[in-house]
Formats: sequence, C-alpha cells, structure tokens
Amino acid sequence: MANTAKKTSKLSTFTSANHPVRRMRRFREMMIELVLFLAAASSVLVTVGIVWILVSESLPFFQTVSLVEFLTETQWTPLFAEPKYGILPLVCGTLLTTFVALLVAIPLGTISATFLSEYTNSTVREIVKPVLELLAAVPTVVYGYFALIFVTPLLQKIIPDLSGFNVLSAGLVIGIMIIPYISSLAEDAMRSVPGYLREGSFAMGASRFQTSFRVVIPAAFSGITSAYILGISRAIGETMVVAIAAGMQPNFTLNPLQPAETITAYIVQVSMGDLPHGSIGYQSIYVAGLTLLVMTLMFNVIGYYLKKKYRESY
Amino acid sequence: MVEVNPNLQLRAEVKNLSFSYSTEKKVLNSVSMPIYDTKVTALIGPSGCGKTTLLRCFNRMHDLYKVKEYQGEITLYPEQMNILSKDIDPIEVRMRIGMVFQKPNPFPKTIFENVVYGLRVRGVKKTSFIQERCEKALQQAGLWDEVKDRLNSSAQMLSGGQQQRLCIARALATEPEVLLLDEPTSALDPISTAHVEELIIELKKDVTIVIVTHNLHQAARVSDYTAFMYLGDLIEYGPTTKIFTNPADKRTESYITGRFG
Repeated sequence: MANTAKKTSKLSTFTSANHPVRRMRRFREMMIELVLFLAAASSVLVTVGIVWILVSESLPFFQTVSLVEFLTETQWTPLFAEPKYGILPLVCGTLLTTFVALLVAIPLGTISATFLSEYTNSTVREIVKPVLELLAAVPTVVYGYFALIFVTPLLQKIIPDLSGFNVLSAGLVIGIMIIPYISSLAEDAMRSVPGYLREGSFAMGASRFQTSFRVVIPAAFSGITSAYILGISRAIGETMVVAIAAGMQPNFTLNPLQPAETITAYIVQVSMGDLPHGSIGYQSIYVAGLTLLVMTLMFNVIGYYLKKKYRESY
Repeated sequence: MVEVNPNLQLRAEVKNLSFSYSTEKKVLNSVSMPIYDTKVTALIGPSGCGKTTLLRCFNRMHDLYKVKEYQGEITLYPEQMNILSKDIDPIEVRMRIGMVFQKPNPFPKTIFENVVYGLRVRGVKKTSFIQERCEKALQQAGLWDEVKDRLNSSAQMLSGGQQQRLCIARALATEPEVLLLDEPTSALDPISTAHVEELIIELKKDVTIVIVTHNLHQAARVSDYTAFMYLGDLIEYGPTTKIFTNPADKRTESYITGRFG
C-alpha cells in the first residue's frame, strides 16, 4: 500500500528538463523516431540507388551513341559486328504486347469485377474470388510455356500464317495473367461505393446493369483506374512469357503476328550471356532498364492525374 | 380497421400487409391503410416501429436484398394492380413510384445528369424533351434559379439542402404517381428543412406523397393524413388534425405529447 502511494507520487511529480528520467525518456523517443525514419527511408533509398545506378551506368553509353540515334534508329543490334542502337523496336515490342494484354485484361477484369461486386451473393463470391486469384499464383514461366505450346498452335489453326513466336499469343496470355490483379482491385473499388447510391439508382427504376454501369463504375472510377495502372505496369514489366513465347527478335513492327522482343526480354537475353564489364553491350542493359523505368513512370504519372481528376467524393 | 373515405380518390391501398426480414420477427403486422390521391400521408412512430419498412414496400426496395415474403397487398389505383405480386417486375413499380432518401444521395455526375437519370434509364433520347423535363423538375423542386447557370457542374458541389432538393427533382423528372419520402429532412439544417416542407405542400397538387418522419411538428405541418405505427402495428390512422388534436388511442396520445418515443 505504502509502496503504491510512493510510486504514484513519483509519477505525478513534475521533474526539471534535465532530470535523468526525462533525459532518458527523450533519448528513448529519439531512438524510436530514428528507427521508424530508417525503416521509411530504406525504400526511398533503394529507389534512389536503383535510379542512380541506372543513370550512371547509362551515361557512358550515350557518349558512344547519340541520343538522337538511340531514339530514331529503327534497329537494335548491340551485339552484332556492326551494332545499331535504336530503342524503337524494343519499345514497340513492349507497347504492342502490353496493348494486346490490356485488350484482354481490361474488359475481362472489369466485367468479372462487376459480376463479383454487383451480381453475386457472398457465397458465390467466396468461391469464385479465390479461384480467380489463383491465376495470379501460377508461376509466369508456366504461362510462358502455355503461350508457346498451347495458345500459339491453337491460334495457328485460325491464323495459318502466324509465326511460331509471336506477340499475339504472348500478349493474350499476359492478359489472362493480369486479370486477377485488375478484377480484384476494381472489385474492391466498386464494393466500397456506398449502398445508398445503388439504392438511389434502383429507386429510379434502373436495372442492375444500368446501376452498375451508370452509377457504380463511374463512382468507383478512381479506384478502377488504379487497377488498370497496376495491370499496365505488370504487363510492361512481364518478362518470362515474352522471353519464351514472343521470339526475342527485335522487330520494328506493329504487327502482333510477328515475333518481337520487349525491353525486359532483351535484358534477360543479354544478362545471361557473358558480357565484359564496361562494354557497350553491358551498358545497353542499363539503358534498356532506364527506358523501362521511364515508361512505367510515365504510365504511373498519367494514372495519378486520371485518378485525381476523376476522384469522386460521395 | 381503417375506414376508407368514399369521397376521396384512392391512389393506393395497403391491405393486411405483413413483412419480416428474418423468419422469426414480424416487422409489419397486418397493416391496412388507404393512400389518397394528391394528399400527403405521414407515417409516424418511434424508431423500429416499421414505418420505413412499410415505405420501402411501396417501391419494392426490399427485393434488392435476400428476398423476404410480402404477405398481403398494396393495390395501386386506378388499375388496381397489386404491386407486391410476384408477377409484377419491381422495376416497373419503381418507374411509377419515386423515392427520396434520408441522406441526400446525388450520383457522382453533373446536376443535369442527376436530374435526367430516370429519363436516361428509361431510354429517352430526345434532347429537347430531356432538357424541358430537367428544367421543369428543377423548378418544381425550387432549385432552378440556384443552379440554372451551372447545370454541368458536379452535383457534389451543392450544399446538403440543395442536394436533397436535387434528389427530389430527380424523382420528379419522371413524373411519378406516388412520391415516397424517407425522413427527407433529417440530415438538413432548419432553413433547408423549411424549404423542403414548403416544397412538399406545393408538390401535393400534382403528386401523391407518403412521408416518413421523426419530426412530429413536420408531420402536423405538411400532412393531410397521419398513420401512427408502433412495433409493427398500425395503431391509428386518420386526418392529421384529428390525430394531433383528438387521438382515439392512448398510445397515440402518449407519443404525440412526447411521453415516449
């Protein structure tokens, strides 16, 4: 009893700023703050480090190859005897695969999100959603062989002059691969649209379809945009499927029936060889990586502005 | 049992309506009452008495959720169709019976698109007609002068009271036969509330109104007929003046004098 009273009195006493108890407390707070700061700073530092390395390793490349050549030359053959350094074929291949993938993933992802969010009850959703998300758990190398060994021969029955390695089948399979990313995020966005907006629409005599497409999707547009941006980033960064099924031939073409090479596939191809450190081929990996970073950054910025522009308060 | 006044035109009639959300507990217990044409009928009663549940039967809102059985009828005049019948599509019911909710719920669209939403949903294409209806509905809702210069700005920019009047305009644009108001002023400040109440009195010239309200003064001010409900039962129904000055039932009297509820 006496002990408790003593403790209480000690706790409630005001101590001077330099009292050891207060100094200790300040020190502890400072340490905690420092640890939290370091944890938060680590991801920023890693990002800065990656950008720094990409830029510093790319700079020597641009001393040999002019930026104009890099951006306008239509061939990419850094390892040939007469090397050409035009990034366009790789950018083209990347954008084309991404485009084909999005053509599959955006409609299917949005529709499955709408179905899951607006049309099903919780029982069906609890079964369908995990199955759909399983698509994301399949290793990408499996998708690659799926594209090469199953999808391409299937497509060749419809399009006879389709080459064995082509953008179309790689793009389609990447599209299927990113459906769960899009549908899952888009569904979350749609489900967070408050029920009173839906009721307002139904009360006006709208059908479920009209309510979904005229009220819920516009209201969830900002979240759905994030889902699309994530899908785009995944498609641009996808490596294994294109490396296996798209042919690793840097063609400057917009024809998805042709083989092509994406930036990521080039990096894989070249990294596996034994390039001497500091050679121009070695530097070209960094340049390709930097280009990829700039591209994804661009899409993220566009997405950020779309999100801001269409953010709805409800 | 509620007597139907033969001198008045009926717009709807509730007949022995029972309803429950889950199997055990009945939320409405054999409610019967008339809804007279171009009159305001107020539903009053303490929380949980079933007044909102009753209101939401009129436009089959309960059908949106795991469906419960409606027992009894709501007959819509003049063709005397039972709107609770399984053969009737709830969408058709909602096309004829508009609703305004407790919380203003404008869609994340422009003011114009909010008002004409019902017309768009009905597939109306003619632009001149749509614009005409939009102006008329906004005028009826007393909002036209405030928003006519910014029809294309977002409805979310409006104040709470304006948003609620926008929701009323949205419901009016399709010229409903009955307008259901579910505590339409409970989220509004006194000035906006007065606005909406004036509007209700103005509107009853053209449309039949059923209003749920917690505010007894409001019921007394705006309604012609009042139904007092308690624990799922309709305790008393009659002309508002009678209910508020000379109620027949002890419970009604206790409620309107503020002894419970």
